[in-house]
Amino acid sequence: MEIIDKVIAKNGLIFAFLFVGFVMLFSFLISKKLLRNKIPGVAIAILIGLALAFTGNKKGMADIPLFAGMAILGGSMFRDFAVVATAMSADISKIKQAGLAGIISLFIGVTVTFSLGATIAYFMGYTDAVSMTTIAAGAGTYIVGPVTGTALGASSDVIAISVATGVIKTIFTTIITPVIAKRIKLDNPHAAVVFGGLIGTTSGVVAGLAATDEKLVPYGALTATFYTGVGCLLYPSVFYLILKFFGF
Amino acid sequence: MKIYGVALLAACFLVGKLLGNLLGKLININSDIGGVGFAMILLIASSIYLRKKGWLVPETEKGILFWSSMYIPIIVAMAATLNVKAAVSGGFVAVVAGIVTTFACMMLLPVLSKIGKNDTSPKN
Repeated sequence: MEIIDKVIAKNGLIFAFLFVGFVMLFSFLISKKLLRNKIPGVAIAILIGLALAFTGNKKGMADIPLFAGMAILGGSMFRDFAVVATAMSADISKIKQAGLAGIISLFIGVTVTFSLGATIAYFMGYTDAVSMTTIAAGAGTYIVGPVTGTALGASSDVIAISVATGVIKTIFTTIITPVIAKRIKLDNPHAAVVFGGLIGTTSGVVAGLAATDEKLVPYGALTATFYTGVGCLLYPSVFYLILKFFGF
Repeated sequence: MKIYGVALLAACFLVGKLLGNLLGKLININSDIGGVGFAMILLIASSIYLRKKGWLVPETEKGILFWSSMYIPIIVAMAATLNVKAAVSGGFVAVVAGIVTTFACMMLLPVLSKIGKNDTSPKN
């Protein structure tokens, strides 16, 4: 037993490959045999992933030493590397066609999220401009939240709420995207570009699109990756000043 | 050789990240702004160029396609390493704000998708 632990501890990433491989196999079997492909295997695998995250705390299941390698495999380095690679199968003419819609959707997404987020924060008892902006920023992405909160000097519990809001957004997007994709006509590259700009959480968008239709992933990722930047730019400056202007 | 493809991908990735971080520095936010987006555009552009030159052979391409097919397992690993407990215990505000804002933006998709959609020929 001790030797097994030692081998796995020293080869965490390799063990993560094996483990995720099993999760994928298991998910696709369930999808095929039990659900007759009604729910895609990818969606089941992601849901199993989320469920497994409850076994740990800050780093999900990677908090368990045996699964520490999962944090490397699922970390931002590998994630971004693989997402960039998906660009190989993207059609440049479709990106060009959707370019303007993508940029517009970025700004509309950030603005709508701010207005709604700040309003919700206000009605739930966070009535000062700094807290309202920070919580709304978290509803952008879980990176925009703390960046904005730190810039404005928000209290640490408000920053924690903003991070939680962002993670909820990621999880919600992951689960709900394949469910409502048809209803919101998310079935072509053009819509995926706009979707990425509107929602912005790269991990949620990529996971949600993967569970919907793998071909759409590069298109959504392309715009989503600019969202955090636009958010970090607008929240602590323009949006905060707007709230101040209205007397909060 | 496959490694040429992986190396090309790595080059685009690093240059893209560099651009993203430089842009962040430029507007005084110490984070990566659109690095992945820049890297994707670079990869698309360079693969078009190299294909024209006849240098992008299928074997090289396989090096990139391998990583492209790895993103789903990577996303599963990412999902398993999210701080879900904190997200759930972040309180009611976090849950309401996170879900309502996201849902509202999703509902805007059919409207915004129409922009530039029916133009078969580009304007201006």
